[in-house]
Amino acid sequence: MESLSSEIWQPVLLTIELAGLTTLLLLLLGTPLAWWLARSTAWWKEGVAAVVAMPLVLPPTVLGFYLLLALGPNGPGGWIASLWGGRTLAFTFGGLVIGSVFYSMPFVVQPIRNAFEAFGERPLEVAATLRASPLDTFRTVALPLARPGLLTAAVLGFAHTVGEFGVVLMIGGNLPGSTKVISIAIYDYVETLQWAKAHAISFGMVVFAFAVILAMTLIERKARGARA
Amino acid sequence: MSAEGGIHCRLEGRVGSFAFDVDFSAPGSGVTALFGPSGCGKTTVLRAIAGLHRFERGRIVVGPHAWQDAPRFTPPHRRPVGYVFQEASLFPHLTVRGNLSFGFERARKAGAATAIAFDDVVDLLGLQALLERSPAALSGGERQRVAIGRALLSQPALLLMDEPLSALDRLAKDEILPFLERLHATMALPILYVTHDLAEVERLADHLVLMEQGRAVASGPLAAIQSDPALPLVARRDAAVSLEAMTAGYDEQYGLLWLDVKGGRFSVPSTPAPPGQAQRITVHAADVSLALRRPDASTISNVLPSRIVEARPLNRQELVVLLGLGEDGEGDRLLARVTRRSWDLLALATGQQVFAQVKSVALAPTRFE
Repeated sequence: MESLSSEIWQPVLLTIELAGLTTLLLLLLGTPLAWWLARSTAWWKEGVAAVVAMPLVLPPTVLGFYLLLALGPNGPGGWIASLWGGRTLAFTFGGLVIGSVFYSMPFVVQPIRNAFEAFGERPLEVAATLRASPLDTFRTVALPLARPGLLTAAVLGFAHTVGEFGVVLMIGGNLPGSTKVISIAIYDYVETLQWAKAHAISFGMVVFAFAVILAMTLIERKARGARA
Repeated sequence: MSAEGGIHCRLEGRVGSFAFDVDFSAPGSGVTALFGPSGCGKTTVLRAIAGLHRFERGRIVVGPHAWQDAPRFTPPHRRPVGYVFQEASLFPHLTVRGNLSFGFERARKAGAATAIAFDDVVDLLGLQALLERSPAALSGGERQRVAIGRALLSQPALLLMDEPLSALDRLAKDEILPFLERLHATMALPILYVTHDLAEVERLADHLVLMEQGRAVASGPLAAIQSDPALPLVARRDAAVSLEAMTAGYDEQYGLLWLDVKGGRFSVPSTPAPPGQAQRITVHAADVSLALRRPDASTISNVLPSRIVEARPLNRQELVVLLGLGEDGEGDRLLARVTRRSWDLLALATGQQVFAQVKSVALAPTRFE
């Protein structure tokens, strides 16, 4: 029984670690990107927005295939891995994080961009006439006003990374402790007819999904209440 | 805090559908109203002065500092301006106190002299009870008062106000106007005030810039622009002249206040006021009639000897007459709107001496304090 629980907990903890790290990176990268997409007048910005949104439409296996090439020994990932004597980023935890960042990017960038666009130019102009520099304005006005969007983005980014399967299968494989995440584990248990274990994790995911959706609804309601 | 040397503004370029070519100067203290029909570019001028809109060619000088003078362009956060927008635009994530402190703290950190103290502004605008509230819990008038206080506390060298009353209903307007008048009376800070409401101009402005289609048509002291027969204001139904008067006495029995202007004295129904106090009266052209002799039995109590300076026909029926108060006609200017028929019947002519008659009740302030 003890081995059973550790066998189940290992992928769960690994998944949380992966999703947590991915969400953190996405907030750091996605917030400035969303700001640029919301404010820039460059004609090519919608092209960038389309690239960011592509994982919404592409089959995860296609994304996984190209990521596999990019992370492999002959891609930039291989070159990065060579910096610490490795051969490839594919089939490593680091590679999985990079893949997840691309895969979950649209779910983070879109809500933040919407939040930045929703409050318009006015609060930023007000801040400028009150002697706040652009960076100061971003920190003390734009970010607080976009907080509901940032929360939504974090929840969606985390949840979506937890649920990914196709990309992980392509670039991560099934290495316990480093790339075997929940979705792979469930697939594995079903393949080998271990229904009880598949049930344990799957039901946990059902509860998780319910909690996520409920949390999102509450965040949005609170945000609407604050604005009214 | 006044901008010595005044404010100079020249802006050229295309904005939307029309060519912009604005050039005006305003004094370094008092209220300068930018007046014109909606869409004539008043707001754009204000935005350009704040640095929120950039004209390719332009020069903006406030006091000793050039804020724009190609190729120099000072970004908005480095210009000591206060900007009151049409909608209060308070930060919803901060309390009233947080909103008020926003510019105040930054001005202090930037090393600006905090001549305008936090508590003084709270007093002036009556914000004490609102400080810990959230902007969402305020009325429209209260919000605009906070916005004005917030702009003042950023220690501006120039306060820009973009139709600050136009989003408010009648009641809220009446609530804010006395605050604006008090602001005007207690601070030397120059104010550029955009409006399309002539009543606000008459109550607040010292100096007037008339705008039309992206151009400044005229600029000068309020009464001079109001009474210039060559300018479009005199042709309006609500044409008026605002006179700076001095209280000269009070008739306790009838509750009438005597107000001296250059070349004449008015009596106005009012609450008592000590003599020697500055007051403004606005005399509408439609409330002024002319007589050749002093009437001996009339309810009209203001009869002022004056001289006809100029007359301008408005249409087939009416003329507007520019009067100079006093026997010699050298006093303040007044406008009278008369029919062409009366003009001909009385055989009036330029240079002629007449009596201007104004009903006292027409001069009563809109509200007794």
